[in-house]
Amino acid sequence: MTYLAKPRLHHPSLATNQVGYTRRDYEGKISTLCAGCGHDSISAAIVQACWELDIEPHRVAKLSGIGCSSKTPDYFLGASHGFNSVHGRMPSVLTGANLANRGLLYLGVSGDGDSASIGLGQFAHALRRGVNMVYIVENNGVYGLTKGQFSATADRGSKSKKGAINRDAPVDLVGLALQLGASYVARSFSGDKAQLVPLIKGAIGHAGAAFLDVISPCVTFNNHAGSTKSYDYVREHNDAVSRIDFISQKREITTDYAPGEVVDVAQHDGTVLRLRKLHEGYDPTDRAAAMNHVHLHQARGEVLTGLLYVDAETGDLHEALNTTATPLNALGRAELCPGAAELARLNDALR
Amino acid sequence: MKRIESVNDFVVKFANVNGSGSASANELFAKAILRMGVPVSPRNIFPSNIQGLPTWYEVRVSEEGHLGRRGGVDLMVAMNPQTWDADVAEVEPGGYLFYDSTRPLPPEKFRDDLTVIGMPLTAICNATYEDARQRQLFKNILYVGALSMLLGIDPQVIEALFSEQYRGKERLLESNVRALNAGREFARDHLDPVGLQVRRSDRVGNRIFVDGNSAAALGCVYGGATVAAWYPITPSSSLAEAFQKYCGKLRVEPDTGMHRFAIVQAEDEIAAIGMVVGAGWNGARAFTATSGPGVSLMTEFIGLAYFAEIPVTIIDVQRGGPSTGMPTRTQQADLLCCAYASHGDTKHVLLFPEDPHECFEHAAAALDLADRLQTPVFLMTDLDIGMNQRLCQPFAWDDARDYDRGKVMSAEQLEAGRDFGRYKDVDGDGIPWRTLPGTHPTRGSFFTRGTTRDPYARYSERGADYVYNVQRLLRKFETAAALVPQPVLRPSARGTRLGVIYFGSTAPAMDEALAALAQAGIHLDAMRLRAFPFAGGVAEFIAAHEVVFVVEQNRDAQMRTLLVNELDVSPAQLEPVLHYDGTPITARFITQAITEHVHAEASAPRRRTRQMAREPSA
Ligand SMILES: Cc1ncc(C[n+]2csc(CCOP(=O)(O)OP(=O)(O)O)c2C)c(N)n1
Ligand code: SF4
Repeated sequence: MTYLAKPRLHHPSLATNQVGYTRRDYEGKISTLCAGCGHDSISAAIVQACWELDIEPHRVAKLSGIGCSSKTPDYFLGASHGFNSVHGRMPSVLTGANLANRGLLYLGVSGDGDSASIGLGQFAHALRRGVNMVYIVENNGVYGLTKGQFSATADRGSKSKKGAINRDAPVDLVGLALQLGASYVARSFSGDKAQLVPLIKGAIGHAGAAFLDVISPCVTFNNHAGSTKSYDYVREHNDAVSRIDFISQKREITTDYAPGEVVDVAQHDGTVLRLRKLHEGYDPTDRAAAMNHVHLHQARGEVLTGLLYVDAETGDLHEALNTTATPLNALGRAELCPGAAELARLNDALR
Repeated sequence: MKRIESVNDFVVKFANVNGSGSASANELFAKAILRMGVPVSPRNIFPSNIQGLPTWYEVRVSEEGHLGRRGGVDLMVAMNPQTWDADVAEVEPGGYLFYDSTRPLPPEKFRDDLTVIGMPLTAICNATYEDARQRQLFKNILYVGALSMLLGIDPQVIEALFSEQYRGKERLLESNVRALNAGREFARDHLDPVGLQVRRSDRVGNRIFVDGNSAAALGCVYGGATVAAWYPITPSSSLAEAFQKYCGKLRVEPDTGMHRFAIVQAEDEIAAIGMVVGAGWNGARAFTATSGPGVSLMTEFIGLAYFAEIPVTIIDVQRGGPSTGMPTRTQQADLLCCAYASHGDTKHVLLFPEDPHECFEHAAAALDLADRLQTPVFLMTDLDIGMNQRLCQPFAWDDARDYDRGKVMSAEQLEAGRDFGRYKDVDGDGIPWRTLPGTHPTRGSFFTRGTTRDPYARYSERGADYVYNVQRLLRKFETAAALVPQPVLRPSARGTRLGVIYFGSTAPAMDEALAALAQAGIHLDAMRLRAFPFAGGVAEFIAAHEVVFVVEQNRDAQMRTLLVNELDVSPAQLEPVLHYDGTPITARFITQAITEHVHAEASAPRRRTRQMAREPSA
């Protein structure tokens, strides 16, 4: 495989955002994924969300594990530092990076094999610690990179491309995330940009552990009849609980509201999530109800999408650890080293 | 029967039942002697269990200042019926046996060549205390009291230690002093004097008494570590806990009370090292503390950190392996698994501190080296150093010393147009420049990965790019050899064809063995290794001697393997001396093994015994 640089030709009329970047500035290298892979649509949604939120690309740290999905950080935000860690262990690396510098936006991208099998433990613990991050699982129900084995999110009874039937019950990452205490939990579909982009924007604005499970069909190994993660299956079984709009402090995204109940949820960074309820009585701030709802729809074979739960009041790991506002990686000897006089006192106490 | 008579030079061993509260009483005993100016080195020998199993505390008293284990026991305080026979057997002929005489034992339970000192501890406690726990705890203080009378330990020294321990808890202080005096009075009125005596001396100097785990933790504080991620495992847990304690005291922002550190107890060792990798990548000094099984779990990440060139500090407090081996006993058996941790071609920097003083120094140095070399650095301590208090030089710090953050390119340097190739060897030392995330809007970003890349960090599967990378990593390792702590050479007083190489916690026993061997006419030049990669002088040292003993605490002569593997030296020259029963190596063991070899060689000069491992005695 070779490295392909994307031509950096800027059309003079390309629109720039508030921080002076064009959409192009949020792109990365040319994707080497299969044409039509759902993961590429998610990359595009990330690009759009970051551009629209006026995020400076270099203030993002993008981290991933191993898999087709985990390759994607190379294909967006080319001006950010990226980190392709080891299989299933992105959450710990992201946690450490976040501890070192709380000032950046941490974007974790993973696959369902990466997060629901080998990395299930790390997935769980990063969420329960409340690491301030956007954690996206590009969920295709298979191992793409290793060519089509079932992953732990494959539904029981679904069929592999080679015709094998999956006997095991699936891991529902959304259900787990709710139970583990993630403070922003959403599910979407890579083909539904209108829903996905605001969900990503909401996750970015969220000051805690934000988890997004994005169904992302693998066109090569999991897009056939019998798969429950194919484009057709998801389109037919998609049931959205909400349409969300994301309102940044600076600029309101104007959309055409259909009449109906609207809830505004103010987040810590001052952004507002405007949730237009499609399901009567669906309250995204009620964790127990969200869990119930998810399970109910799952039992019916429906893929519930939208913002399932949000707790805008939550804190993050730094708050729990009471760490100083200055990023730890910016502290110097003066702040860190107690000095020789203190050491003399410590020596005295040891005699 | 000739009784052992000795002033300020003997070994006392306490045999107790784990969970009986003896630990603090035994430590009190050791500290009191230390406060009288006599060097002491205690060792905990404890089970992998919280309650009920046998536990020992061995105190070596040595005016000469020998801090290693000597071997043998002069006075056994036998408080555990379960281990009675073995404990009695361990006493040197002419030694002393102190025991609870509440219940009489048949004569065959004693040895004729020992002086037996019986004190009805249980009976006294039952008569004095109502509460069962008090009866148990004060039994320990009673025997310390009695021993202090017999051995001539100043009671005021003990009382001073009590008042430090129970500051503000007057009732506890008082009841402990009362128990101490009761023990002293009993000994004065009922027990015969013994031949072992403690006399005030001035041989402690300004040395400090501290365990290696606390020392390494403090070294991490002074060395600027801000992120620690760990998972509990004996014998390393107390290191992370000490770091937490020191940070709580020394690293709190004065105005806000906020922390200039982050400590996470991870869900396992994989996550712990992952966090350290993430923090190191992002420019914070980070470390984890673990032991053998933890290192096993960490190896995939260690390989990533090596290949992606991320600063990582790993403190391996070694214990008996493999697997769960002997979890609460000591060994130096993780050398090979750390030196070459992970799959593929890897080599890692290892540091070998000899005592708590060096644990402090090397911990701070490890953080500098990790940043300078952008690679994992292992601090290889062990249970013997880590969990036992040791008399050592006081910690020292030069306020003019700054942290070596290594080659981190700043926004200004990038702005000035400095060419940035993440994996380019611009300086010829194999160490590339790095940038931290968030540094510059348009320059210096790169993608970190475990797969091969070109010098500009672009994904590559070209063989030439791979070879460039791994060759540069070797160059970097060569650079490391000059940066790591250099070996310490102790030449013999006269010319000799014999050399000895040792490292880490073997040092105090080795010092004593060298003196004993010299006295017996066997002279050795000694080299204490302090790091891997080996400094240039190591191969020369080996070449300059006909026979070089390599003394280590593992079965397979792992250091010898490393020497043979990494240096152009003849294996036939390297004679292993191996101790691996889980107890700290003794001066006697080393002396005996080397003496036997020298004598065997003298009777059959051409014979070269490749393996001198014998059943090690404790
Ligand atoms: C320790 C380890 N085991 C196995 C692998 C092989 N491996 C690479 S990617 C992958 C699965 C990826 O699946 P998923 O996370 O679902 O991502 P996708 O490719 O489907 O996007 C596996 C098993 C590995 N890289 N490391
Ligand atoms: S194999 Fe599947 S997941 Fe991987 S790139 Fe192709 S379509 Fe995407």
